[in-house]
Amino acid sequence: MRIESFDQFKTLQAEAGKRDEAQPKKILVCCGTGCLATGAKEVAEAFVHEITERGLDVEVGYGVKSTGCHGFCERGPLVAFLPEGLLYTKVKAKRVPEIVEKTIIGETIIPGLLYKNPVDKKRIPAYEEIPFYKNQVRVAMRNIGRIDPTDLMDAIAHDAYAGLAKALFEMTPDEVLDEVELSGQRGRGGAGFNTARKWRSCKAAPGDRRFVLCNGDEGDPGAFKDRSIMEGDPHSVLEGMIIGAYALGSHEGWIYVRDEYPLAVVHLQLAITEARKHGLLGENIMGSGFDFEIQISRGGGAFVCGESSALMRSLAGQTGEPRAKYVHSTEKGLFDLPTVLNNVETWAGIGAIIANGGAWFASMGTEKSKGTKAFSLVGKVKNTGLIELPMGTTLRHIIYDIGGGVLKDRPFKAVQTGGPSGGCIPEELLDLPVDYEKLTEAGSMMGSGGMIVMDDRTCMVDVARYFLAFLTEESCGKCVPCREGLKQMLAIYDALIEGRGNVGDIERIETLAAGMQLGSLCELGKSAPNPVLSTLKYFRSEYEAHIVDHACPAGICRDLTAFEIMPDCDGCHACTKVCPTDCIAGEKKELHVIDHEACISCGACLDVCPTDSIRTFPKVELAAKEVV
Amino acid sequence: MAEQPCVDLSKTEEILASYPHEEPSLIQVLQDVHRAYNYLPCDVLVRVAMVLDVPLAKVFSVSTFYKAFSLEPQGETIIKVCMGTACHIRGAGQLVEELERKLGIGAEETTEDLQFTVKTVNCVGACAMAPVMIVGEKYWGSAKPARMEKYLAGGGEDED
Ligand SMILES: Cc1cc2nc3c(=O)[nH]c(=O)nc-3n(C[C@H](O)[C@H](O)[C@H](O)COP(=O)(O)O)c2cc1C
Ligand code: FES
Repeated sequence: MRIESFDQFKTLQAEAGKRDEAQPKKILVCCGTGCLATGAKEVAEAFVHEITERGLDVEVGYGVKSTGCHGFCERGPLVAFLPEGLLYTKVKAKRVPEIVEKTIIGETIIPGLLYKNPVDKKRIPAYEEIPFYKNQVRVAMRNIGRIDPTDLMDAIAHDAYAGLAKALFEMTPDEVLDEVELSGQRGRGGAGFNTARKWRSCKAAPGDRRFVLCNGDEGDPGAFKDRSIMEGDPHSVLEGMIIGAYALGSHEGWIYVRDEYPLAVVHLQLAITEARKHGLLGENIMGSGFDFEIQISRGGGAFVCGESSALMRSLAGQTGEPRAKYVHSTEKGLFDLPTVLNNVETWAGIGAIIANGGAWFASMGTEKSKGTKAFSLVGKVKNTGLIELPMGTTLRHIIYDIGGGVLKDRPFKAVQTGGPSGGCIPEELLDLPVDYEKLTEAGSMMGSGGMIVMDDRTCMVDVARYFLAFLTEESCGKCVPCREGLKQMLAIYDALIEGRGNVGDIERIETLAAGMQLGSLCELGKSAPNPVLSTLKYFRSEYEAHIVDHACPAGICRDLTAFEIMPDCDGCHACTKVCPTDCIAGEKKELHVIDHEACISCGACLDVCPTDSIRTFPKVELAAKEVV
Repeated sequence: MAEQPCVDLSKTEEILASYPHEEPSLIQVLQDVHRAYNYLPCDVLVRVAMVLDVPLAKVFSVSTFYKAFSLEPQGETIIKVCMGTACHIRGAGQLVEELERKLGIGAEETTEDLQFTVKTVNCVGACAMAPVMIVGEKYWGSAKPARMEKYLAGGGEDED
């Protein structure tokens, strides 16, 4: 059915609601990229098969729904049961008949499939009670994991397009702008620019043709919130964009999606087709007289294309080279016409802001950073996954209460935020409330919301070098300070990790960093020194150890590190199995020995040792030992 | 570049027919071409430049700028090892080394029999399961060098 009026939309909403209520019992199988990787599709199919085969859909009233990412990717495939609110983790397709038998028919819980809290080892049956979920407040991710992203009616039953209907029929474009301004929402893609201010400046630009774009490039490694939103609730992105277009008087939109996100493209395309069919997109939306079209453009795999001017060039079929900032894309953007570009999460929040009011959104968060923010919590943390929290939540709360603490209870060392433009935040700052200002003050950035937890087995010189190597590869090469500065810095870092560092290297790094910050054309080069400077600021002693002692305190840099097995080794052979060079000798149940000549210092043995009996020490000591 | 045999251009014509013949279509066309041929053959680029009315130099500049494109034939199965931050600190480097030992090729290289191409990518958005490796279409989370044989064979279920 094509919706031609506000009343027809309300009727459709009611229908969708009824359809949803008609099936109160549901099995929600997470089918995000993470869970699909561990076999979620097979699990969902097995449930459908089992349920229909036994006629349970009619008898017990259970329906199976493939949803977007539940966020708790490491425990996947995840299966939730409604209305009980039970969550099973690591479900395998072959266990589905047993689950149907015991849980659906027998109404008993299978304890082995419940989530085990790594903190107290207790099993928790209820979704809502798991600390990972309990502490979240979801706005942009409101429907992810609850709806089937390929089913428009399901989305509508969960309030999709309600904000759009309200905007089109009850508000003028200026009132929409006022509401967004009241929300205080700032861009979720990196810099945190005020959304309403950006929109106003575009609206004030002369001309009739203007564009609304969505940045789904999500280039920061370690961040995947935009992927999950596009995959799990594509309608929220479309709804936000249509509302924005209405406020701005734009009729053409594009979504720029990373090439690495194939499922996101499929779900967005399907959502666009469905929305168009129902009159929610295209000509005369919901009979309001407003027209807006959205197209998808797949990126070509270049980090710099997340930058706004590079993205617009890429959309125009060119190489993604940024231009100087003094030309504002709100005035001269895509095809040199006024353009608004916002991040996926920014757009996903707009529908909820219009539906619930700007004041509601502004009631969450801190003074200057309103609302909630999505983060991907990854790295050496027990509960990895996707979370959304009010701005101002402390890092400690995120890492320890939600993340369950550091993997294997190793000591915490740092958390990296903001991707390659961000920095590493040390333990002293764990009580930092996370918002745009506080992260910048700490020498990092909000960026795309990636939070990578690092333990004592992480070398900060290596981390800084990692980002430099990343950026050297990704620099578009247009401006000299970025292109050459990165190359020179990387050369110094290569020397550091190979034990060829010199006194004065730190100062040289700092000089180069200052030059890049001042002279680079775009933010890629300007912010490239952040990982370097923040590690220098908080972990200077590690640099000094590399330079002066030719030692890597974390035991990561291979040229500087040797391994040895301690006498408490119980000879379990776990290390001999993983050693790529077969350099560990020893009978079973007897002390093992590493042949230093053949050892390539990869650390595979240390990672698997169950008794923690392998230790690292500086390679220079090895030479000393041999002399003796 | 080595002399390449002429390729069948009919697929190219089909792709070109489905896009407006203007510069903004360039990247989308190249992506489809890449999917169809598994790389960007030289004579196809010439044809694309002509039909879209874009200078050939520009087509080459775009083809070499983006990571998604390769001007050399690719292996039948593409192995992508994620080198994103989360994967890096959880030992992704060891996966590339193991591949080198098993297949005799490093990153961005193709085996001589055109069976495998190994690529490193910066985050595939599955960071919670780091380190991640994709063999063909199959994602492997918490990938371990010791299980490489299995990943390459493409079978078997993940262990916990
Ligand atoms: C090198 C570089 C990479 C960027 N990558 C992204 C990205 O992947 N996704 C994104 O939304 N913004 C990215 N940005 C920020 C965009 O330029 C732009 O500020 C943002 O998309 C605006 O949307 P927002 O105001 O909703 O955040 C990047 C910026 C730079 C300098
Ligand atoms: S860092 Fe490897 S998937 Fe994100």
